[in-house]
Amino acid sequence: MDKGVRLLKWLTGGPPFLFLLAFFVAPSLIMIVASFRFPGEYGGLAPLIADGKANLTLETYRFFFSDFIYTQVFIKSFVMALATTLICLIMAYPVALLIARSSKKFRDLMVLLVVLPFASNFLIRVYAWMIILGPQAAFSRMINGALGLFGFEPVALLFSPFAVLVGMVYVHLPFMVLPLYTNLEKHDPVLLDAAQDLGANAWQRFWRVTWPLSLPGVYSGAALVFIPVLGMFAIPDILGGTGDILIGNLIKDQLLGTRDWPFGSTLSIMLTLVVLACAGLAMWVSRRRSYA
Amino acid sequence: MALLQIENVTRRYGALAAVEDVSFSVEAGEFFTLLGPSGCGKTTLLRMIAGFEAPDAGRILLDGIDLAGTPAERRPVHTVFQSYALFPHMTVAENIAFRLKMAGKEPQTVKVGVKEALAEVHLEDKADCFPHELSGGQKQRVALARGLVNRPRLLLLDEPLGALDAKLRQEMQIELIKLQKNVGVTFVFVTHAQQEALALSHRIAVMREGHIEQMAEPAKLYSFPHNRFVADFIGHINLFEVIVKEATTGHLRLTASGLGEIIAPPPDGVKAGESGWFAIRPEQVCIGQRHDVELKNRFTGTVCDYLYIGDVTTYKVELENGTLIEALMANSEPGRARFFEVGDEVTVAWRHDAGHFLDE
Ligand SMILES: Nc1ncnc2c1ncn2[C@@H]1O[C@H](COP(=O)(O)OP(=O)(O)OP(=O)(O)O)[C@@H](O)[C@H]1O
Ligand SMILES: [Mg+2]
Repeated sequence: MDKGVRLLKWLTGGPPFLFLLAFFVAPSLIMIVASFRFPGEYGGLAPLIADGKANLTLETYRFFFSDFIYTQVFIKSFVMALATTLICLIMAYPVALLIARSSKKFRDLMVLLVVLPFASNFLIRVYAWMIILGPQAAFSRMINGALGLFGFEPVALLFSPFAVLVGMVYVHLPFMVLPLYTNLEKHDPVLLDAAQDLGANAWQRFWRVTWPLSLPGVYSGAALVFIPVLGMFAIPDILGGTGDILIGNLIKDQLLGTRDWPFGSTLSIMLTLVVLACAGLAMWVSRRRSYA
Repeated sequence: MALLQIENVTRRYGALAAVEDVSFSVEAGEFFTLLGPSGCGKTTLLRMIAGFEAPDAGRILLDGIDLAGTPAERRPVHTVFQSYALFPHMTVAENIAFRLKMAGKEPQTVKVGVKEALAEVHLEDKADCFPHELSGGQKQRVALARGLVNRPRLLLLDEPLGALDAKLRQEMQIELIKLQKNVGVTFVFVTHAQQEALALSHRIAVMREGHIEQMAEPAKLYSFPHNRFVADFIGHINLFEVIVKEATTGHLRLTASGLGEIIAPPPDGVKAGESGWFAIRPEQVCIGQRHDVELKNRFTGTVCDYLYIGDVTTYKVELENGTLIEALMANSEPGRARFFEVGDEVTVAWRHDAGHFLDE
């Protein structure tokens, strides 16, 4: 290879690489080491070397598996992430399809509308849901009025898993719409003509052509929703009840609340492992038959 | 009854009439070609037959039944798209199986059908390839196999050979003729390449700006074009502006200004005094030295250009009145590219029954 080109490669690729090394790889390594250390007397970490020996332990991991409650929170978070991803997918697909199939003129405008919520603060948007779902709000009264008609007890919408789910879906929906749209927009419309020509009705055209071709978009959208939801703590904090904590809340509490850094690090590593396992599974599923 | 009948079909896009008042019919087993320059409405017409667009006026009948209420997926008509439109996420076998699956065929029937279709286009070894792993010619064959697998009543082909290089194109033309004969499916073929149309078709309709200008068998179309547009579009032709001096049952006496008299075969209904054009193909024009020609229509001129293309050489000759005429000469002598040089005085001549008179 040409020397100049190689130099250019290093100059352009080098800084981001160093950045990731310094601010992702290094902290991860620190976290891994921290998870094997003892907690300090007043929170934080105990010295790494005591009496000339390495001061390490597997205690936090034993503790994690000894109390089923932690695994339970993991499972709950996993279910929440899965539900959010599925609902986002079902809601985002028609939107993305609509945008991709409308005329060029309106496409950019609609994409702008999808990303517009990012223009306002994330916390403010979540707090807004507190008001919408609050017991005095028209929405709650409508729901409870309807339930009353059928003789059911009124329900509290706010501070429930339902409210958390609503918040999660609301915040993450654009992250599903955008990759789906980017994918669907690239589909050659003549393929749908060909499918119809060969006898496929509207549903078959979707299921046999559009859907399989959109899978890369579905996978990236799912990753963009699933992974952040798994670690999210702000939304359960604001919209969830006391029992609705997820992994993110646990980690936050350990690191910032009780200041048990070794255990917080352990939880964090377990979360990373779960995410990696999911990503690996997704890759394995999507790689089995490749056409591109 | 004809298999396909197009009756006064019109399709407008805004103010533009992409197809206007077109009528023709196609017989079962025929290889019918729509030929015309880009933008003349060929694709629009095909899309209406396939069912992707509805005509604004007129009717399309298949086996005498109006197709108007039948959506594309229920018409026994398949299309081979110019871009092939193979499903990129399906293997060759799955692409071909698509039609059979949609028709609700048993898995065993599908398997046998796919195998036969692959054999028809000589692609047995590519069954498990994805489209992106195929060459242009192979993709073309898969598209053909996919369109033919369920034996449609009609196969529509929209410039299917347009993306292939010249040699492959010729090979595919020969294969296409064979295939159509073997499967016995009626083809409606679209192209803007006149040679391809002449080589493949039983009948050709020449289109221009949404209209059909002429419809005839290839040899008829080539030898007896109805008007200047058709004459010019199909092959090369020499055109002279002329006035009819005398019209008898035996011949036509024409005068070309500054050139003299031309004797031509008499078409129907031409009267003395009419003006029009005399058209003659370059290969009907003989070119020679001053004295070695004994033909009625004979003029002298100077060679001003020539084009050697291997089998033949086209000479451009400037006649005494300044008109240019092209004459074709076969290169029968090995190793010799031309018989005349630029500036040579030559005689061009043609038979009294060659060429013909066009009034528009
Ligand atoms: N969807 C459309 N909207 C507006 N105008 C159209 C549309 N489709 C075709 N046209 C116009 O109709 C005319 C005929 O188009 P068509 O595609 O049938 O031409 P064609 O003969 O197939 O040309 P080509 O050889 O370039 O494929 C063109 O002038 C084209 O611009
Ligand atoms: Mg076209």
